[in-house]
Amino acid sequence: MNRVVITGAGTINALGATVPQTLEAMREGRLGIGALDFRDVERLSIKIGGQVHGFDAEAHFDRQKLGLYDRFTQFTLIAAREAVAQSGLTYSDELAETSGVVLGTAAGGMNTWDDNFRSVYEEGKNRVHPFVVPKLMTNAATSHVSIEFNLQGPSLTVSTACASSNHAIGLAFQMVRSGMARTMIAGGSESMLTFGGIKAWEGLRVMSKTACRPFSANRSGMVQGEGAGVFVLETYVDAKARGAGILAEIVGFSMTSDASDIVMPNKDGAARAMRGALRDARMDMSEIGYINAHGTGTAANDKTECAAIVDVFGGHADQLMISSTKSMHGHLIGATGAVELLACVMALRDGVIAPTLGYESADPDCALDVVPNTARDAKVTGVISNAFAFGGMNAVLALKAV
Amino acid sequence: MSVKDKVVQIIADQGLLDVTDVTLEATLDDLGIDSLGVVESIFAIEEEFDIEVPFNANAPEQSDFDISSVASIVLAVENLVAEQT
Repeated sequence: MNRVVITGAGTINALGATVPQTLEAMREGRLGIGALDFRDVERLSIKIGGQVHGFDAEAHFDRQKLGLYDRFTQFTLIAAREAVAQSGLTYSDELAETSGVVLGTAAGGMNTWDDNFRSVYEEGKNRVHPFVVPKLMTNAATSHVSIEFNLQGPSLTVSTACASSNHAIGLAFQMVRSGMARTMIAGGSESMLTFGGIKAWEGLRVMSKTACRPFSANRSGMVQGEGAGVFVLETYVDAKARGAGILAEIVGFSMTSDASDIVMPNKDGAARAMRGALRDARMDMSEIGYINAHGTGTAANDKTECAAIVDVFGGHADQLMISSTKSMHGHLIGATGAVELLACVMALRDGVIAPTLGYESADPDCALDVVPNTARDAKVTGVISNAFAFGGMNAVLALKAV
Repeated sequence: MSVKDKVVQIIADQGLLDVTDVTLEATLDDLGIDSLGVVESIFAIEEEFDIEVPFNANAPEQSDFDISSVASIVLAVENLVAEQT
């Protein structure tokens, strides 16, 4: 069994267009959530989100390629370029054949669906662009990463709603650990901030009109974000041999299914996933200093997640720092675990715990140290990152400092 | 049909019940309607009466729309319909 480390990271999200920008925003507790700006937004009752503003796709891609790239693919490629550049890897020959990519997304090319449905239904057009299908398919981003970097090994897209990225990173971790792949690119991307995307979420009535306030008694629901997070995974031995910088070690992964409700979270499913990650990592709970929470800012999630943490960690729960960076960048749905893993890297490598923004009043059902509003300096050597999806699919990653 | 009868019909449909089984004192919980069923019922009410119901599933007790019993829902819908005309 190989030890698996992260040697590259990339992102674009509402907090920043790179990893350094994003981590700086998390350190400073900056809010990336604001007014949504897209066509027909005035017909929505939810008008805030963690949108990537001022994004100039043509600065990154030539026009011929752009015709094939939905916004979620554009975000993915930008993040992947940053991650691969940091890792220093170039994929050719045997390395190309034994390296692959696993990415998560919930909706895939939602902007492409939205634009083309509008065109044929609302505008009554009878012809759509020939690239609609290759643009919107959920594996488009994965495929374009494989094409751009010449990754010829195991590659697939994972779609488990809000846990997609954690599942993707977990699977890639298992592939490198087992020797199935030499290196893997993993993470996720989402771009659901469209009229149709938000309209669908409005229907569930769990979205906040004002702010994402995880664990705060006056929380009013979730806020959506968009963007991508991508990582380069390889073995510890390879990374050391080539003198690569190591951001963190992934040591455990667990996935469970609640098998109970299509939207309501389940304490036992969440707890089993956290326990499983610790067991897989061969870590004692006392080694964990920080939990990057799923922390959506809905009463159902936050209360259930805190109860599950207390269940798993017992008395040690009071020693843990727990934060939800969704309060800053919004809920990136299928990409959220990937962007949130950056907060885990920051905790392990830089000794800075990202805060839970928007925290205003204590909820007795969430009586844990949620690192309210201000980042904190703290030395932690072990962390876990939670993702609990609609449909009851849970994925938890465990990481260590190297 | 009155507002009350229409609301009772919607709730009965949601709970897979006969309208005679839906009493005004009953809570949605009594009628076997869970959180997703509540959201679906409110959607049906909005469609039936062409109104906007102020309801956040995240904190039902803090919403302006009282769903604590069938009677409270009927009253809230009557008020919303009246406001609209």
